[in-house]
Amino acid sequence: MLHVAPSPPLARCLYEKRGWALFALAALVILVVAPLANLVTPEGSFLHLSDASVALLGKLFCYAMLALAMDLVWGYAGILSLGHGVFFALGGYAFGMYLMRQIGHDGSYHADLPDFMVFLDWNSFPWFWAYTDHFCYALALAILAPAALACAFGFFAFRSRIKGVYFSIITQALTYAMMLLFFRNETGFGGNNGFTDFKRILDYPLATPQTRIILFMLSGGSLLLLLLASRFIVTSKFGRVLTAIREAESRVMFCGYDTLSYKLAIWTFSAAICGLAGALYVPQVGIINPSEMSPAASIEIAIWTAVGGRGTLIGPLVGAFVVNGAKSLFTAAIPEYWLFFLGLLFVLVTLLLPKGVIGFFDAPPSARISLPFTRKEPAS
Amino acid sequence: MIEATEISSAVALYLDDVQVAFDGFRALRGLSLSIDVGELRCVIGPNGAGKTTMMDVITGKTRPDAGLVYFGRSLDLTRMSEPQIAAAGIGRKFQKPTVFEHLTVFENLELAVKADKSVRASLFRRISGEQIDRIGELLETVELADKAQDRAGLLSHGQKQWLEIGMLLAQRPLLLLLDEPVAGMTDHETKRTAELLESLAGQHSIMVVEHDMEFVGAIARKVTVLHEGAVLAEGRLSDVQSDERVIEVYLGR
Repeated sequence: MLHVAPSPPLARCLYEKRGWALFALAALVILVVAPLANLVTPEGSFLHLSDASVALLGKLFCYAMLALAMDLVWGYAGILSLGHGVFFALGGYAFGMYLMRQIGHDGSYHADLPDFMVFLDWNSFPWFWAYTDHFCYALALAILAPAALACAFGFFAFRSRIKGVYFSIITQALTYAMMLLFFRNETGFGGNNGFTDFKRILDYPLATPQTRIILFMLSGGSLLLLLLASRFIVTSKFGRVLTAIREAESRVMFCGYDTLSYKLAIWTFSAAICGLAGALYVPQVGIINPSEMSPAASIEIAIWTAVGGRGTLIGPLVGAFVVNGAKSLFTAAIPEYWLFFLGLLFVLVTLLLPKGVIGFFDAPPSARISLPFTRKEPAS
Repeated sequence: MIEATEISSAVALYLDDVQVAFDGFRALRGLSLSIDVGELRCVIGPNGAGKTTMMDVITGKTRPDAGLVYFGRSLDLTRMSEPQIAAAGIGRKFQKPTVFEHLTVFENLELAVKADKSVRASLFRRISGEQIDRIGELLETVELADKAQDRAGLLSHGQKQWLEIGMLLAQRPLLLLLDEPVAGMTDHETKRTAELLESLAGQHSIMVVEHDMEFVGAIARKVTVLHEGAVLAEGRLSDVQSDERVIEVYLGR
């Protein structure tokens, strides 16, 4: 009998030693070093992590979760979503409802209802605000509502065998339609102002450094856990089926797989990640409004993923940090050119670094820059 | 009359008076054909003779306007969907190789072998020893054992074709349909493919649509010549080649 050594993915190790060491280091920095540097070290010390940096990094962790979610569907299953912002915003709105109710009577009208409802002459909460004063319910809603929307949308889209660019366009339309819906005052989510002026979370004031660093740790910790979960998924046979679907879906079907349920599973999971990211994002930035559902916001998520490197898990995280870091610098220095720069970055990465920043460092030096006219790609 | 019939007289595939028309063009005009269990059959014919349409009818992609298409004794293929037909044991290899280029050869076969193919099992279940053994057998059969850990995208054209045949075999098909399996292969690869198909005949019924006469000569025990949507001649290659009508429409140049 021929002896076949199982390939590394089958050995099912999530990370090798070096990977685990890096992972532990990241966890240590996020959960121990950063909080100490922010709360304990005196301001002005070079070891001090400023509150502004904590806020920025906490936000970046949420963006990185979005990029990770995008990578699972796009990088692995080949499903390009240009509407992931809608799941992120839904998560943000769901948790935002809780934050609005935590304001209590401290709004400008000192009323039982949030200010915007008083302004609209409403006397009671709409039905979908029920129970949103419970933290756990709101958090669950932030994850389950986007997942449910994704599941329903995905079921019909995948069942109709909508693929490729057509699918991308429909997701774009979905987020745009939802944005228009949320812009309306009557929808019950604060119209174009959205939710803001949050005061408390779990009765703790939001503005204190202690609350902020906890949100930072929760965001970073969630990101790390989701990275592990994603790693588990893509190293399993499920992950290989996704890759196979990306390459030749009909062949996968002929191998006996129900590709609809595979695509739906990863699509829904991806949307749930976005919902969680939204729930963590909103208390940190203090606002959620329909602009998060704008088509451009969703396209940006795809750009982070492409810049970092699709299909690598770590790449999109790097992409989210690099692109948003560049955005912070640019919008401070020459804001009017940011979108040009972003477009240029996307074009250059697509042309020269088809595997993103991570692909650049992974490749042997001779093959790092790949010009489109010399590129040899396996026929797909 | 032919050796193959001595092995078994059970019929694997039976087509009778099959008619297919597309917008008035009659692609199949009363095609009748039967393949025995374990037989290796070559089907040849000029372009437009209806070879691909015949494959489409057998795999359920195209519905015939009239006629009978039976798999074994009792399965009426005209009433079954494509996945049902695939599950019943008919594997089809298209002309262009479709393997999963970013997965290794081993992983390609892993996805193809018999297993619980639900989402849950794929996520949480490990590959069984039995499956690993089966993959090992298949790697031997298609002679890719030393390439097991290579990405399928790096294989040569011929090796990709073999891998795909291996993936079809993984599902233990009763009938294999191969569309021009040696197109684009080197002479050496063609010879190896002929040996592979020879070794598979008997365990599987195989129907090969092919243009390469040398290849057909190497493997075929029985050849069917299609012309204008119907069978023109059937028999040994040497007999068929000397048939006046066949020479006229196809072989004669």
